[in-house]
Amino acid sequence: MYSASEFRKGLKVQIDGEPYVMTDFSFSKPGKGQALYRARLRNMITGNAFEKTFRSNDKLEKAALEERTMQYLYSQGDNYVFMDNANYEQLEISKEQLGDAINFLVDNMDVEVLQYNGRPIGVTLPNFVNLKVTQSDPWVKGDTSGSDSKPVTVETGYVVQVPPFIEEGDKLQIDTRTGAYVTRVKE
Amino acid sequence: MIFTHGLQMRAVLIQALRTFFIDRGYLEVDTPIRIPALAPEAYIEPLTSEGWFLQTSPELCMKRLLAAGIHRIFQLCKCFRKGERGDRHLPEFTMLEWYAAKSDYRDLMTDCEALLRHLATAMGKAGVLEWQGRRIDLGSEWERITVAEAFQRYAPCTVEEALVQDRFDELLVEYVEPHLGMATPTFLCDYPAALGALARLSPTDSAVAERFELYVAGLELANGFSELVDPMEQRARFLAEQEVIRLRGRAPGPLPEPFLVELVEMPSAAGIALGVDRLVMLFAGADNIDQVVAFTPEGL
Repeated sequence: MYSASEFRKGLKVQIDGEPYVMTDFSFSKPGKGQALYRARLRNMITGNAFEKTFRSNDKLEKAALEERTMQYLYSQGDNYVFMDNANYEQLEISKEQLGDAINFLVDNMDVEVLQYNGRPIGVTLPNFVNLKVTQSDPWVKGDTSGSDSKPVTVETGYVVQVPPFIEEGDKLQIDTRTGAYVTRVKE
Repeated sequence: MIFTHGLQMRAVLIQALRTFFIDRGYLEVDTPIRIPALAPEAYIEPLTSEGWFLQTSPELCMKRLLAAGIHRIFQLCKCFRKGERGDRHLPEFTMLEWYAAKSDYRDLMTDCEALLRHLATAMGKAGVLEWQGRRIDLGSEWERITVAEAFQRYAPCTVEEALVQDRFDELLVEYVEPHLGMATPTFLCDYPAALGALARLSPTDSAVAERFELYVAGLELANGFSELVDPMEQRARFLAEQEVIRLRGRAPGPLPEPFLVELVEMPSAAGIALGVDRLVMLFAGADNIDQVVAFTPEGL
């Protein structure tokens, strides 16, 4: 069981026997009042989503999912193809089921494919991935806007906020759980 | 990622805060942050340290200083609250508290107005705060609305119904807070008596406590009240609060006996706690508390 204080984006839980993923999560606590945990949950099979506010004593069951390590090969339209490294079996997962994960998938990356009752329903990525910057506007020296970040596009098409010194061609470490820039990596 | 902009704003703002209080004759104090007993609070869980507690607020120590005859004090310090983590919460955060004898919560509201205007001037903001696309006018008269009025206006039920259904906090967050502090900052005043464990009840209406929360652009910034100075009443409220803690499955800590003893000597007073990190967020235009601290717990 997960208690409300363990809730976070990406958590996979089970409600009425169905697997759900927490796609959004926010913590609030009005002055001296009770902690409120507002979560958006998406059914991993039907895609239906709902929002609910939980309190500190509320709990959610862990989703009964099987995981196996597979390699991402390529995408074909809205389907993404993965291969089991042990027996070379291939399977497809839809863009919709992958959700935010498509922002971080690069060819030949190993991921954990999630299965529910034998059906692939999503993937768990490594916590950190390295992605190359494909587009970045040069930072104007003497910029007085006071801003200390700028947007760049990485090889998957994902746009992320980074410090001004990042340039095209740099490799960035990104936290796949939050989507945030962590550091520049040297190769 | 370290946000240097947030840290620069933070340093300037803290300097300006100190100047504001020192110029008004307040003594800066720094009381111990590791203490043997806290004011029992139903929904604030402390962190422990060798059998003692990390303070959740410097309130009790500061009131003991009032009782000892120091009548205008302020403190900038770290406070700790277990499990509080979100876009606007850190389990370790910076608090500003100030207390003045012979004043009440209305005086604190006047202080808040003067303080934010002083800070805006110091930060070169000329009376208008811009935050997340909102323009908040600090120069005009600030809105004051009672909790009962706010529920009437914005929530689907009255404050009494919300309390009976144990939905006060939920409805406050969902329906009321998003409207507060939008044109000018808002003082949400006169909380139900049950929600002001250390506050004096209103002399004209014992159903409400002389407590307010300050909101700017929907962000809760400060909590102030006219202090309860009756030791018997204070002990009874602490015991009631401990009962709520037990009902929620936690073991209450020991009562702060020296505070309860010295409360007899405390003059009538008002005191307020203001979240400094959130104040920096407002002035730095940051929408996440992570952007205004040097390190988050996850980054350590």
